[in-house]
Amino acid sequence: MEKAIAIQMKGITKRFGEVIANKDADLDVRKGEILALLGENGSGKTTLMNMLAGIYFPDEGKIYIDGKEVVIRSPRDAYNHKIGMIHQHFKLIDVYNAIDNIILGESFYFDEAANKAKIASLKKPEGNESRKEKFKRNIKLLAARLEKAGAYIKFNWLSRNRGEDIRAIADKYGFAIDLKKKIYDMSVSEKQTVEIIKVLYRGADILILDEPTAVLTPQETKRLFDVIRNMRDDGKSIIIITHKLNEVLSVSDRVAVLRKGEHIATVNTAETSETELTEMMVGKKVVLNIDRAEPKNPIDRLTVSGLSLINKENVKVLDNVSFTARAGEILGIAGVAGSGQRELLEAIAGLQPAATGKITYFKPESNEAVNLRAKTPTQIREMGVRLSFVPEDRLGMGLVGNMDIVDNMMLRSYKKGKFFFVDRKKPKSLAENIIKSLEVATPGTNIPVRRLSGGNVQKVLVGREIASSPTVLMAAYPVRGLDINSSYTIYNLLNKQKENGVAVIFVGEDLDVLIELCDRIMVICGGKITGIVDGRSATKEEIGLLMTKGRQMEQSPSTVGQRG
Amino acid sequence: MKSTEKSAREPFFQIVKRDNLVWWKAWLIRAAAVISAFLVCGIVSVILTKRGFGSFYVSLFKGVFQTERRIWNLFQNISLLLCISLAVTPAFKMRFWNIGAEGQALVGALASAAIVVYFGGKVPEALLLVMMFGAAVAASVIWAVIPALFKAQWNTNETLFTLMMNYVAKSLVAYFINVWVTSGSGVLGVLKFGHFPAIGGYAYLLNIIIVAVLTVLVYMYLKKTKHGYEVSVVGESLNTARYVGINVKKVIIRTMVLTGVLCGIAGLLLVAGTSHTVATNTVGGRGFTAILVSWLAKFNPLYMILTSFMVVFLQQGAAQVATDYRLSNAFPDIIIGMFFFFIIACEFFANYSIKFRLAKKEKKA
Repeated sequence: MEKAIAIQMKGITKRFGEVIANKDADLDVRKGEILALLGENGSGKTTLMNMLAGIYFPDEGKIYIDGKEVVIRSPRDAYNHKIGMIHQHFKLIDVYNAIDNIILGESFYFDEAANKAKIASLKKPEGNESRKEKFKRNIKLLAARLEKAGAYIKFNWLSRNRGEDIRAIADKYGFAIDLKKKIYDMSVSEKQTVEIIKVLYRGADILILDEPTAVLTPQETKRLFDVIRNMRDDGKSIIIITHKLNEVLSVSDRVAVLRKGEHIATVNTAETSETELTEMMVGKKVVLNIDRAEPKNPIDRLTVSGLSLINKENVKVLDNVSFTARAGEILGIAGVAGSGQRELLEAIAGLQPAATGKITYFKPESNEAVNLRAKTPTQIREMGVRLSFVPEDRLGMGLVGNMDIVDNMMLRSYKKGKFFFVDRKKPKSLAENIIKSLEVATPGTNIPVRRLSGGNVQKVLVGREIASSPTVLMAAYPVRGLDINSSYTIYNLLNKQKENGVAVIFVGEDLDVLIELCDRIMVICGGKITGIVDGRSATKEEIGLLMTKGRQMEQSPSTVGQRG
Repeated sequence: MKSTEKSAREPFFQIVKRDNLVWWKAWLIRAAAVISAFLVCGIVSVILTKRGFGSFYVSLFKGVFQTERRIWNLFQNISLLLCISLAVTPAFKMRFWNIGAEGQALVGALASAAIVVYFGGKVPEALLLVMMFGAAVAASVIWAVIPALFKAQWNTNETLFTLMMNYVAKSLVAYFINVWVTSGSGVLGVLKFGHFPAIGGYAYLLNIIIVAVLTVLVYMYLKKTKHGYEVSVVGESLNTARYVGINVKKVIIRTMVLTGVLCGIAGLLLVAGTSHTVATNTVGGRGFTAILVSWLAKFNPLYMILTSFMVVFLQQGAAQVATDYRLSNAFPDIIIGMFFFFIIACEFFANYSIKFRLAKKEKKA
């Protein structure tokens, strides 16, 4: 039997400047079902859900709840429509305990409409009233007007006494949690539980969970899914945003697939398969026409073997990573965001001193092997290793947003020369060169880089990194947020470096680009290398599968693409 | 339907960040703020003194410029405040919130006073001054570097640390005064030795020249040197500093050494150039006022000349108003408070503009 539709989104479009996050997307959620929202990074899943949660407002399109059109302007509106979202980054107050965090916002529950109606009815005298009646009515009117203030005052009392109600909710759905515990003492999964209880306590019937399992261990994930199933059986609608196929198949009733902001299809989980979902998720191959020359004389330039890294949160972000980057070749790295790409590049660049394993660089002049692990960026430079790195966070790491273009040019080279004073002449001419050759749109060289548009910022950064004539060039998401033309400028720059014999490592998210640009593509999943494929023969489905269900696959030499 | 939806969700006014305000417009806004501050201060003083509107301004300016002595006082005070402001600026540019300049300058003053107490009259005056300089700088550097070391090594909070060091410095001064002053009065009288030579008969001229030179030097340091460049990179983004291989710990410690040197010089100026004694209140809150001076000038040493002038002018002028009309000595603080309220508020308008809904709407990106 078809269940009733709880929420329907129709023709939703959302733009951020030039970028279209959602294009004419439709979605419907039924009562008492678990809907998985599946899509690659940047396919607009979170944006679409944020519009339900009142964080963004759609540019076009309509939202219906129980068949009635609604306008959701703010998170408060969303709550009033009984929609609750559990964000990827928890919004809890560390020094409060679980109850206090859940109670926060209780005042939203003051029924303003009823109060207003009461006041209005008390304002009108009932026929002929005596003085005494009038006095009584006015007292009641005054009391009604004070009710709102009373609701706020009661807040403190609530935080002490409402614990039982919250306990009841937790027990009903089977959450195991100590509600008196302070947030700062809690594990990630406990924090998530608090977020979920908070949303339930406020009476949400529709719960949106944004990548809920990204931070959980397999056991915690299993427990979470049990709770989610309990909630479904209670008649609630649950939307899970995810890109993990195995989870989709194990927990959801239906799957909605988004690709590049568009709704591709919604299918019943029971009637679909991993292959079908992957195909919908990554789409058909798009021809981009990026020139790809055959690598000339590819020799090993950088070898990484057995690299592991445990981060500050005690999570193993890199697990026994081994690969080789060759001169005159572009090595692509594919993977879901946060699979360890950033840490891998930072470890090579000398920014992750805790890494274990081997990072060996072969000098182009003598083919002498140099160890790069546990060296600082300065040491690496002093050893004569020309390693350039275009980090993912352009303005937070690669450049200084408040400094002008000239000062940003100096970041790498300011130490040159024996003088105590900095030389700004060379960086200035370099800046002028880059502006001219890469067509950076800027009023001048002395403008803070944060005022430039994203594409121009990236040109400045890539231009600087290439200017030091590197032998290894690492670029993390260099075209993220860039328009088509700027993207092609970057692809051409990378290709030129490759032709000059540079070993290029390119971390990308668009599989079409990876397949068209790279000579070999290494797929990383959960800090492990799940395969290295040939860029000329690989298919998107193949890479997509390696990206999502790599945990079950063992890395074997046969998956390493051997180029002839 | 569509349009009502839109107007219902747009707020009545929006605060929009201005990105490129022409420099003269920004200065026009600031000038307007100064003028309105003057007017409001005048109105407040009329209410308090019940005198004419003009008399406040007359007293204010008389207090600063009436006599030659007052003018010298003005410059002398500016030089001291500016010197300490210069000291805190490099660290602030690095986002190291040193609020312990008071204590750092005070130990410098104590060290130079100690040299006078123990060596005054026993060595030639010039040598004595050199020794005072060395002792003051050494003491202040120690005082400034301790929190920096802890910050670099264990990432302790520098604000609390430097603040607490102030109290230690004060107690040290109180202790040494008790040691030196055997009469038990608890006041160290005017020291007979270790005075700066009066250049051309002007007692404070050397102070002013020293600080003027320091201002230019610090400006050059921050703008033109590799060290200054590193300081701004560390201040703007630790991640970028890491990425280009700047040794952040080293930069923190080196910059706080510089702060110590400058605070030491300020302590020397206080003892050798101005007070010729030391007491727990010798620095007189300048260590804290310096933060305001430095911040208002956006950490630019040349602008700091202007902001320190403004602070000292108001302090001195308002103090005169308070004496003239027998107001409490909280009056100067009120005036300064109101003034800076305006100045700080005007920075908001220089950075943001307010757009009302009724006005022409910009299409939201």
